[in-house]
Amino acid sequence: MARIVGIDLGTTNSLVAYMDKGTPRIIASRHERAMVPSVVALTDNGLIVGDPAKEHLTRHPERTVYSVKRFMGKSLADVQGELAYFPYALTEKGGVIRIQLGEKSYSPPQISAMILKELKLRAEAFLGESITKAVITVPAYFNDSQRQATKDAGMIAGLEVLRIINEPTAASLAYGLQEKTQGTIAVYDLGGGTFDISILKLKNGIFEVLATNGDTHLGGDDFDQLVADLLLKEIKAQQGLDLSAHPDHMQAVRLQAERAKIRLSEELKTTVCLDLPNGQGQFTRELTRDQLEALCGPLVERSLGPCRLALKDSGLNPTEIDEVVLVGGSTRMPLVRQRVQALFGKQPHCDLNPDEVVALGAAVQADILSGGTTDMLLLDVTPLSLGIETMGGVMSSLIRRNTTIPASAKEMFTTYVDGQTGVDIHILQGERELAKDNRSLARFRLKIPPLPAGVPRIEVTFLIDANGILNVMAKDMRTGETQSIEVKPSYGLSDQEVERMIEDSFKFAADDVSARKVIEARLDAGALITTTEKSLADGGHLVAAGEVATIRAALSALASAKEGSDPRAIRARMADLEQAAKGLTVAMLDDSLKQGLQGKKISDVT
Amino acid sequence: MSGHTHNTDDRRQLQMARSMCWHCQSEMAGEYFCDRCVKVQPVSKDVDYFTCFGLPRRLAIDTRVLEAKFYELSRAFHPDFYQNKSDAEQSISLGNSAMLNTAYRTLRDPIQRAEYLLDLEAGSVKDIRTSPPADLFEEILELQETLDEFRESDRASEQASTLRAKLHADRTNLEERQREMETRLHQLFSRWDALQDRGEATEEARTERSSILKDMRNILSNRTYVKNIVNDLVETIA
Repeated sequence: MARIVGIDLGTTNSLVAYMDKGTPRIIASRHERAMVPSVVALTDNGLIVGDPAKEHLTRHPERTVYSVKRFMGKSLADVQGELAYFPYALTEKGGVIRIQLGEKSYSPPQISAMILKELKLRAEAFLGESITKAVITVPAYFNDSQRQATKDAGMIAGLEVLRIINEPTAASLAYGLQEKTQGTIAVYDLGGGTFDISILKLKNGIFEVLATNGDTHLGGDDFDQLVADLLLKEIKAQQGLDLSAHPDHMQAVRLQAERAKIRLSEELKTTVCLDLPNGQGQFTRELTRDQLEALCGPLVERSLGPCRLALKDSGLNPTEIDEVVLVGGSTRMPLVRQRVQALFGKQPHCDLNPDEVVALGAAVQADILSGGTTDMLLLDVTPLSLGIETMGGVMSSLIRRNTTIPASAKEMFTTYVDGQTGVDIHILQGERELAKDNRSLARFRLKIPPLPAGVPRIEVTFLIDANGILNVMAKDMRTGETQSIEVKPSYGLSDQEVERMIEDSFKFAADDVSARKVIEARLDAGALITTTEKSLADGGHLVAAGEVATIRAALSALASAKEGSDPRAIRARMADLEQAAKGLTVAMLDDSLKQGLQGKKISDVT
Repeated sequence: MSGHTHNTDDRRQLQMARSMCWHCQSEMAGEYFCDRCVKVQPVSKDVDYFTCFGLPRRLAIDTRVLEAKFYELSRAFHPDFYQNKSDAEQSISLGNSAMLNTAYRTLRDPIQRAEYLLDLEAGSVKDIRTSPPADLFEEILELQETLDEFRESDRASEQASTLRAKLHADRTNLEERQREMETRLHQLFSRWDALQDRGEATEEARTERSSILKDMRNILSNRTYVKNIVNDLVETIA
């Protein structure tokens, strides 16, 4: 079976991992960091992703998308409160957010797909094989629309998403593998944009999730924003400058706030230094850990509510938790560690890198799915109750939250009027009494044969699969015929839209990402050609004529590869040229050493 | 576990013997996998949850056995282990897993277990009580009135604090009733199990059976009713 990789598609950073003979490993490319910042920028040369895109945050904030995960499976109304913070333009089409980048607009799954593609390329370059299958992680508290949007992103990126797995449970797999743990564990996962708490029972290789809770809108981004707001307020008070008119400076403030926050996990105080617009000097301020903690304290407290709810749902007291595991970059904050320790009454574990553990766990799950191991099995739960709207706008729950998945529920439908040919069904997700207070997942019309009222009996099965995604089936109990149901997601892309985006991605986005690879390779090749030609001109006489001919051949081979659009071919010819010119380089180095030594006393050089 | 499990075991054998492998069409002797082609088989709708876990149809069950069997069957059915298999097998795996999870959830909880057993034994449609149980009728009507008065009262007033004190007393009273119901329910559970263990086919045994089932059903529905009232009460005075 083809290799399956594990991907952590994070709010601020993303990673890809694979299983190497029973050990999960993060894939890092040779020259770059393993973490790919989840940032996509539109440049004159097309779309770029990761570290190079991050550099555009302050240069072209209106064309640089970050934290796109916050918009997955959301409508514009859902994120109304925070629109002001984002420098890029957001619109909506058919219930799905669109992000305007230059002439075109992209859905959040399309932007996420660009990040996934970058990870796919890295994995392919590293493993030397084509990667088409992946396990992708999502916050445990993601609802159906957000999971579906993530799956769509995978498809658009050319990946078959074999499993959507919850981040805290993925982390528990990585930990369980390492420690062979037994007992109950609590995974506290505070990432860039989301917070999850999961309580699991580990026994003989079974990872049974007892309860999960969280907040899909709580993470490091929010801490950064608080610090940034403080700085902006002070700049306004002291310098009379309103930076909100300068998106580039707003981004700089946000980035400086993030850096200060990170430094304050190690140090007790730090200095924030910001260039003001139009050469109006600098703003400098000392920030202490106490000040940061006073700002962020309420947010950290907010994470403890879901912890208590998860404990209650699991029927356990804090003292019955054997181990507490910290996941996500934000758990590096000392305040977070203190509060978690106080709640559970024990020192939390953070042996594995909290940035990497989720991707590692995803690789373990990928290994399970490919049949690599049968020792471990993850039994996860659905985080939110699933139900339908009944008379009076009330939600009737069919599958309760924290039910082990796969889970199914059946409901019988009939007619109230003679000859009625359809019943409208509205599917909801959430914990509130009233339909309108819950998430609308989908609506569909159940077709019913025209018969006297009450005679038709249509059994509808709601099935939550192992990805936590809903599937709906209907069966006419009189005829035994099954009916296919076309479910129109309330906040998501229809199948046709996903199809079209996959096509588009081949046409545009794929080109954009690989275009960057080609552009970079060409630039590097150009630089190598120039230096080699200069070396030949300067030092051609130092080597044999045959060697010069070999170098010239390698030069023209690289020049023609550079005209093509295969970055691998270009890199290969570059390596050939470097090899061919090795003798020349050495000879020139010797020569320059010799030149340098002339006219100097022995005592000067020894 | 005593030797009284034969009845259910025999029944299962019979069901399995009658079925046929969906794949190779051979007669099935295996429990969940075809003996000949080793393909996973859909769990029949006629197999009850007790049989599925190899447990006798009793109200007191060994939860450690239940959990161990749940883990064992999860390993047999979970979709994670069917990723490389045919669509038919994947779909069976999904259906079996969902059924297994429902079965485990039902049997793990003593109340859900009793409700399920009532369904099996007496074929009930869920009996949802909409009016107070007879022995609590007066008490609950009065409580409802007090609750309404309290809701409409000014929370800072003296009237409110008198009402609040009364509601607190009512709460203590109702919680006592709840405990009594729990005790009676568990007595009925033990009586049921003992009766099943004796396995008598006499007229007396049959009468006792139906009387236990009737009492259990009554208490279960009263219990839910009182639980909802108490929740409402606690929420209001919180």
